[in-house]
Amino acid sequence: MAYSDKVIDHYNNPRNVGQLDKSSETVGTGLVGAPECGDVMRLQIRVNPETQVIEEAKFKTFGCGSAIASSSLATEWVKGKTVEEALQIKNTDIVKELSLPPVKIHCSVLAEDAIRAAIGDWKKKNGVAETEAATQAVAAQ
Amino acid sequence: MSTATNGATGELTPPPGVHLPIYLDNQATTRTDPRVLEAMLPYFTEVFGNAASRNHSFGWVAEEAVEKARAQIAKLIGATAKEIIFTSGATESNNLAIKGIAEMYRERGNHIITQVTEHKAVLDTCKRLEKSGYEVTYLPVKADGIIDIEDLKRAITDKTILVTIMIANNEIGVLQPVEEIGKLCHERGILFHTDGVQAVGKIPVDVNAMQIDALSLSGHKIYGPKGVGALYVRRRNPRVQISEQINGGGHERGMRSGTLNVPGIVGLGKACELCMEEMEPETRRLSTLRDKLKNKLESKLDFVHVNGSMEHRLPNNLNMSFVYVEGESLLMGINDVAVSSGSACTSATLEPSYVLKALGLGDDVAHSSIRFGLGRFNTEAEVDYVADKIIDVVQKLRELSPLYEMVKEGIDLSKIEWAAH
Repeated sequence: MAYSDKVIDHYNNPRNVGQLDKSSETVGTGLVGAPECGDVMRLQIRVNPETQVIEEAKFKTFGCGSAIASSSLATEWVKGKTVEEALQIKNTDIVKELSLPPVKIHCSVLAEDAIRAAIGDWKKKNGVAETEAATQAVAAQ
Repeated sequence: MSTATNGATGELTPPPGVHLPIYLDNQATTRTDPRVLEAMLPYFTEVFGNAASRNHSFGWVAEEAVEKARAQIAKLIGATAKEIIFTSGATESNNLAIKGIAEMYRERGNHIITQVTEHKAVLDTCKRLEKSGYEVTYLPVKADGIIDIEDLKRAITDKTILVTIMIANNEIGVLQPVEEIGKLCHERGILFHTDGVQAVGKIPVDVNAMQIDALSLSGHKIYGPKGVGALYVRRRNPRVQISEQINGGGHERGMRSGTLNVPGIVGLGKACELCMEEMEPETRRLSTLRDKLKNKLESKLDFVHVNGSMEHRLPNNLNMSFVYVEGESLLMGINDVAVSSGSACTSATLEPSYVLKALGLGDDVAHSSIRFGLGRFNTEAEVDYVADKIIDVVQKLRELSPLYEMVKEGIDLSKIEWAAH
């Protein structure tokens, strides 16, 4: 099957690969998906406690090229946004940006879940009230 | 070192003499051997007659070519020429054998035995028969991919008319104990059909030594053309009868009507002849290359394992799981190498290979598997390049894999509550 140039670019040059200290108060970690399904994403954010701006984002993904690209793109997009702004990112935006075919839409859903799970984790650590959207927590770390 | 690395992404450049892309998917199909093509060509042009035209020389010459091919095929499997029926390929041969025997012997019984890692052409044919009143037992396989002969013994009832079990599996290359199966079937008066598509031409197959009653084979898996295959049907001890599935002009002694594909049949015959002549040295060459590939991958990568028995296996097949790397992403990284993945991330069901699952592999490991199918036209330089490429891409993807990182940190992945999606 043919991948879009953007998927290939993220696959060949994934952005923000790595790990943040998950025990840090300022770090939120989202681990979503399951090995049996062939997709696991871990997305982490470091949030400025004053401004609630996401200053750093890291990911690692086990999954197909579209899953890798979706999570790589997600880290690019959340950086520089406040947590509330980041919660506005929709999987459909990812589908559009990466030109994902219908069979790969679940990859974008997983990336959206990963953003929400990471933000949810950060909010929990910092006693910030959960917005309704973020409560669809995914796999526990 | 046969390959060089350049660039930040670790792109490998192939050594001189290696042309990309490299085809390593010879269980899917094979390139037609130039000698086969050469034998076929006149039968498209000068010798174009219908082999069923009995009253002029055009027909006679075509018929002669068909009979020569029939003998070439029969010789490869230890049969006689009259026992070979031409078909459009192994899917048709499997359908004809299973449905044809089931219908013909319906009064004797309605029970068929097969096993879970058969090709869909067998499994779906059996499922179809279940809808028309037949009972089918699907035997499990052990972790090495091989059935337990005791399971087969236990499954046989006085209603059993047919056992259909493949010689070699298309995904994992594992060989079933056909000789034991054939012996058991004949002791119990049950017919034995085998899907020989992957095995015929690659390893010695003898329908008498193995007591096979019907055998399916195909041209395009043995460096012959696509769209032509054959079904062996035993004529003596016992004489096997099958009811026809395609009605018409009564070709192939009424068992398979339809004008014969003369060029295809000539090609299939030539392909069989070449396989027979070259089998011994080719088996040695391919198993050496296959083992080299396996050893190289195992020496450079951790968490890899071979799926299916290495002892009872085709010489040209390797199926390996690269755990914590998803198969499709691995294929994407080696896009100049044609192999197959047990992952089915692109399929509608997202279900990984049913063959690998039948071995007891978890879905996660099945998603990480790659099938390498070596063939006549692969070289050692190609195998070296592929091994280096796989090692490079697996290492890169493991850098990206949260699972690999967690396992390296000593986290037990089975203790994590994953949310299935």
